[in-house]
Amino acid sequence: MPTPLLEMIGITKSFGGVQALKGVDFALQAGEIHGLVGENGAGKSTMMKIIAGVHSGYGGRMTIEGREVNFRSARDALAAGIGMVHQELSIVPDLSVAENVFLGKQPIGAVGQVRWSTMVREAGEQLRKLGLDVDPRTRIGSLPIGLQQLIELARVLFSGARIIILDEPTSALSPPEVEQLFSVLRALKREGRSTIFISHFLDDILRVSDAVTVFRNGRKVADSAVSTIDKGWVIEQMIGVGHDDLEESYTGAIPLAAKPSAPVVMAARNLGASRFFRDVSFDIRAGEILGIYGFMGCGQVELARTLFGKIAPDHGTLVLEGTPRRLRNTAAAKGAGIAFVPESRRSMLFHHEPVYKNASIAILDRISRLWLKPMREREITQVQIGALNIRPPRADALLGSLSGGNQQKVALAKWLTHPPKVLVLSEPTRGMDVGAKDDVVRIVRSLRDQGLAVVVVSTEPETVLSLADRILVMKKGAIAREFADGSISKDRLLEAA
Amino acid sequence: MTVQDKIAMPRPSLGFWLRNQMRNVAPFATLLCLVVFFSLASPSFATADNLANILTQISVTGIMAVGLTFVILCGEIDLSVAAVANATGIAVAYFTSQEAYVSIANIPLPGWAAIILALIGAGVLGLVNALGLTLIGIPSFIMTLAMMQIAAGVSAMLVRGQIAYAVPDIVTTIGSGSIHGVPWIVVLLACFLIVGHVVLTYTRFGRYVYMVGGNREAAEYSGVNTKVILGAVLVISGVCSGVAGMAGVAHFGSAQQNEFDTYLLDSIAAVVVGGTSLFGGRGSIGNTIVGLCVLGVLNNGLDHVQIDSFLKILIRGLILLAALVINVYAQRLRDTAAVRGEV
Repeated sequence: MPTPLLEMIGITKSFGGVQALKGVDFALQAGEIHGLVGENGAGKSTMMKIIAGVHSGYGGRMTIEGREVNFRSARDALAAGIGMVHQELSIVPDLSVAENVFLGKQPIGAVGQVRWSTMVREAGEQLRKLGLDVDPRTRIGSLPIGLQQLIELARVLFSGARIIILDEPTSALSPPEVEQLFSVLRALKREGRSTIFISHFLDDILRVSDAVTVFRNGRKVADSAVSTIDKGWVIEQMIGVGHDDLEESYTGAIPLAAKPSAPVVMAARNLGASRFFRDVSFDIRAGEILGIYGFMGCGQVELARTLFGKIAPDHGTLVLEGTPRRLRNTAAAKGAGIAFVPESRRSMLFHHEPVYKNASIAILDRISRLWLKPMREREITQVQIGALNIRPPRADALLGSLSGGNQQKVALAKWLTHPPKVLVLSEPTRGMDVGAKDDVVRIVRSLRDQGLAVVVVSTEPETVLSLADRILVMKKGAIAREFADGSISKDRLLEAA
Repeated sequence: MTVQDKIAMPRPSLGFWLRNQMRNVAPFATLLCLVVFFSLASPSFATADNLANILTQISVTGIMAVGLTFVILCGEIDLSVAAVANATGIAVAYFTSQEAYVSIANIPLPGWAAIILALIGAGVLGLVNALGLTLIGIPSFIMTLAMMQIAAGVSAMLVRGQIAYAVPDIVTTIGSGSIHGVPWIVVLLACFLIVGHVVLTYTRFGRYVYMVGGNREAAEYSGVNTKVILGAVLVISGVCSGVAGMAGVAHFGSAQQNEFDTYLLDSIAAVVVGGTSLFGGRGSIGNTIVGLCVLGVLNNGLDHVQIDSFLKILIRGLILLAALVINVYAQRLRDTAAVRGEV
């Protein structure tokens, strides 16, 4: 084998005591498309950010064409020919395509003026080389997202990158856009440039890559040429068979306990919202937990917001207990008996207010008409503190002084004094330690047993698997599969996504 | 996570308390310093008569500032307060019969009707602000800037460059009369401050105002109708401005264009100097009272000391700047504390 274009040996990196990478080797050949897969938190992104110079201060060695390098910044990495296209695009929507391609290095004339004609001409040439027929004077924000992404890629290439890192490039793209991206990647390969392709979409990875590296728990667990492997092998490597970690790994079958007899509380019929999701239909019955699983950007986060009246659907209907309802805002959703806990604690809690004000805000209209009753609020909160095992057990503690897991419980607590009919939870266990996770699972199950209909939306397979009685898998904005009876395992879930 | 759990345990300390209370302590300390300074610098400052003067001088500003406190607590702004006050003051004069030499085509009505019509007018102007912000989605800064011009236009149309002197008797009494030596206008201010404080502190609506200002997204995800709250505070601000305008016109003894121009800056300054956060969610009527006193003492005290009258404007500006620095700095301290709490 020739000397790799990029080689990483024994890379380690920790963040405040948590080891994100535990001695990882990685090699990238010239003219290679290299797929990188692994679950959330496996270390893929950390590794790529080290390569792209975003993270410095790691252990181990990195060489390019056999010469050792040590980047202090993304600028260093770019100078050495490494460019990264992040999942969140860094284009400026209100500037033209040409300005975006030349961002930060516009051609300057003799008296410091921007040379527009040169810029437009060269940007046009650059884009045509990638097979993109776009007028460089178009405002970039008016173009489809796939084209924006390719233009950002063009900018990275234009800066002379030989190694291009693409983080989850296909999640927001339609199938023809994915095709276009792939043909660009193949063209780059013919030029001898290399691509590292991070994605959760194993089908996409296997279609375009030459080689695949699998990460798990901060380690590289396998690598192989794509010609000799299939999707099942990759999933097996991602999940692992020897469970050395604390968490259950859900390789075995988990029984699903759907209750088809209970009445339908909420039903979605062909629900769609602009470019987030489309044609989503499902029923939720009382006393049932419906899990909705999908990768980041597959529309399930927006679906949850639509169920709570935050995003207005532009297609289809939402039926609550047999009556079609149009939820004009979140207050209307609350009035209709729907509760929602979003994925980010920051967007549901008041950090500078005491716990009791956080816990009472959603039911304030039930406990007071005009005058506040702070003592009553504290009593109610104290009951929830006991029921949910919130630490410290003081209704007057400032919310910001609680740990993340306890804050999450407060976010749940605010809906529980007057339980809703439908509880929508987005990422209910994200970033929690094992003990707090178990508490949340226990609480949600007991709510289900009291007859609530619960919707759990998550990008983490474990969350859905540990909670749901029935699972919908969303893929690029549509429901791809339903697991309703029998049993499910993590590999089957990942296979469906 | 367990490591971070330990970090996030509460550690109450003097420094923590001071950081948290900075926005309350700093304005109060400023007020004390100003009072001590002017008392030493001028024998005529620290007298009972002058105290009454100061209170009267801050009354019109204060009534406007009560409404503004609601708006700023929500993280919004109302730039139309002074113009709405002016328009309302002129409107109440417009509906009162004027002396023959004031040749405006006015419509004389009974005093109570004039007052009610003028107040409804102020409420409607506030409502237009509210609809612009909540239904159309115009940022309050721009919406109320437009309203400032619209209200000024209403004023101009009503008086047509003239000066009206007559207002309903009851308004005259409130503006320039007194009871047991206390000017009615100060009593009116006290009523507004008390009602404002009670609404903000002890009612459900008040809680919603703080929550919407503290974290609008979280309020929305708790099923609070944030648009109704935002709209309501702008209507409240409009009505407060209207009352301030009527009292002001009676106090000045005339109704004319551009009479209230300096009151916009003063009322915003009173709220912000008092320590209410421009970003919303933090502050109170108590803060506004301190802010009003700082401004009142400063404006009044500078007249008692031998100082270049042109320099006074500069000094006022510098003190306002200092208050803004403290406001933003206090917010930053609070944010860093929040990030640590969030981990």
